[in-house]
Amino acid sequence: MAQADARALANGAEPAPTDRAGRLQTADGVPLKTALRRAERRRKIAAFLLVAPLLFFILTFFVFPIAQMMWRSVDNPQVVRALPQTLEALQDWDGSDVPGEPVFAALHADMMADLERPRVAQAIGPLGIRLNYELSAARSAISRTARQVPNFEAPYRDAFMDSHRLWGDPALWRIIKREGRPLTSAYYVAALDREFDDQGNIVRRDENRRIYVQLFIRTILMSVAITFLTFMLGFPISYYLSILPMRYANLLMICVLLPFWTSLLVRTSAWIVLLQQQGVINTMLVQIGLISDDGRLSMIYNMTGTIIAMTHILLPFMVLPLYSVMRNIPPSYVRAAKSLGATPWTAFRRIYFPQTLPGIGAGGVLVFIISIGYYITPALVGGQSGRMISNEIARHMQQSLNWGLAAALGTMLLIGVLVLYWVYNRLVGADSLKLG
Amino acid sequence: MALPAYATTKDKIWYYTFRVICFAIFFFLLAPIVVMIPLSFNAQPFFSFTREMVTLNPEGYSLRWYRDFLGSDSWMRSIRNSFIIGIAATVLATTLGTIAALGLSRSEMPFKGAIMAILISPMIVPLIISAAGMFFFFSQLGISGTYLGVVLAHAALGIPFVIITVTATLVGFDQSLIRAAASLGASPTRTFFKITMPLILPGVISGALFAFITSFDEIVIVLFVAGPEQRTIPREMWSGIREDISPTILAVATLMVLLSVMLLTTLELLRRRNERMRGITPT
Repeated sequence: MAQADARALANGAEPAPTDRAGRLQTADGVPLKTALRRAERRRKIAAFLLVAPLLFFILTFFVFPIAQMMWRSVDNPQVVRALPQTLEALQDWDGSDVPGEPVFAALHADMMADLERPRVAQAIGPLGIRLNYELSAARSAISRTARQVPNFEAPYRDAFMDSHRLWGDPALWRIIKREGRPLTSAYYVAALDREFDDQGNIVRRDENRRIYVQLFIRTILMSVAITFLTFMLGFPISYYLSILPMRYANLLMICVLLPFWTSLLVRTSAWIVLLQQQGVINTMLVQIGLISDDGRLSMIYNMTGTIIAMTHILLPFMVLPLYSVMRNIPPSYVRAAKSLGATPWTAFRRIYFPQTLPGIGAGGVLVFIISIGYYITPALVGGQSGRMISNEIARHMQQSLNWGLAAALGTMLLIGVLVLYWVYNRLVGADSLKLG
Repeated sequence: MALPAYATTKDKIWYYTFRVICFAIFFFLLAPIVVMIPLSFNAQPFFSFTREMVTLNPEGYSLRWYRDFLGSDSWMRSIRNSFIIGIAATVLATTLGTIAALGLSRSEMPFKGAIMAILISPMIVPLIISAAGMFFFFSQLGISGTYLGVVLAHAALGIPFVIITVTATLVGFDQSLIRAAASLGASPTRTFFKITMPLILPGVISGALFAFITSFDEIVIVLFVAGPEQRTIPREMWSGIREDISPTILAVATLMVLLSVMLLTTLELLRRRNERMRGITPT
């Protein structure tokens, strides 16, 4: 409509309708500016409506579950729900000695109130599990006491202390008071190998109970090693592919793409077959006589095996971006450098290499992001020394069932990955990602 | 790039060393996959070449691991599960993804960058974190341990691939064709099926293939969200490797490699067709 008016105006065939102030109007008397804005808004809405179903799907089934998991790392409802009266009675407690009778009376009332609730809504079980993360005997103390509590009579302080010695431990009471808030930092404190001391300060754990910081460092170091190895192996072959005529390059590219398309578990089991003690490489080395039969090398179920297998699995992610960058580097620059007297090494170092940096950056960040959150390969071939942080997350999810701690570790990992992804985006842009 | 006539000895040494290094790396890439294929015909339950195999004695070879595989109910069920879940997830991801890509490639799309980042995120977030999130959320919804749960999760993982491939195809798409169709009286739906769809089809199919292979090869989500009824091929291989690793795994692996060769060929053919089509409609 607007176009037609403008054309009519330009041809001078017929004056375009205007309002009294001389502003252009459409045929039905709406100012042209408004009509145009409306049309644009309609087009915007139409475009958005096309995207809306998918956006809704991803937000519901992907973003929301992850946000909810992250929430779990600070969510702390157990104590508040189970012991409301006790927490109130504990408010004036100074934290130095076992609290007095009023607090125990409130605890008794809370526990009796909980027994009244239907079984599924009972809060004492989750309370025991929650306190057990902080103090390892707490669960048994609470469940034993919960069974005896209906028979308790005043004075409750002695009755509780008789049923389990832990009630006489100020440490338990300090934990109840500290965790009697709807939000907690306790999971992050644990995930950073810290704990609360008697005064409530955050201190480092004993040497032999520090796990996670070391595991994070090991995960990062392994990812750096894998990224470096993929770079060392990926650079020469990308260069070689980029100088070959297209026909041969496409043919050799199959060597990169076939592993890329082959199932992850297939490749992992291939490495088990090759590297295990009774496997192909060890048997070959024994038959050649390089090692004795009982001197077979242990190359798998440890860090070495994980790094070898993951380098193999992630190498295509380095080669593909590097290759596409190298293809577009004009060979004339290096030739010019040489004609001006540069040695091949200087020409490579000063002219060629700097031009490959975008590809190295893209491939490097991609490999690093993928390897830092890798789960399957370390779980299958990692053994003890090849464990990574995601294995620990899975262990807390499935075996120890400490979901708060799993969420805290996961949130830390996720934030690290998102920061790296942001860097990657600044380097290359997400939609320039090439596949296959 | 052949050696020029004036190459010095040093040049020649470097030229050949470089090629040897490159072929060693190509060997590293392919060898593990290739080695499994003959080993899957091993007559003995070992993971190394027996004397009979090396001397090419036919008695060293057998199809027993393939028979094992074909005769096993749990493997057969896992194949069925993998295809059911893979196809359902692919249909869901491709439908939603293609429609969204059409919107995303319009110039008037608001908040394009932010929305793109959200839609691509399933590819970036470590699988263990997606799996943990879905594990809690799906059990609250009551769909953990059901086909629906796994399909929804796999569709989410496949969507970034569809978005990326289809938007890439749409970059070269001539928008005036749509206006032409509209001016000739075609409804938007008819325009989509008669004009847009045939032109972007190669991109849609390769996106769908990526989505399918993502689901087909996915294991972490399956470990957390699926129940015993939804065990897929990777899930079966996972327990095969963890519990008792037998050459049956190698037979399965060989068949999987064959499947990926087929997929790779399909994609390559599609890429060529796409290039041809672009030749017809220059941008």
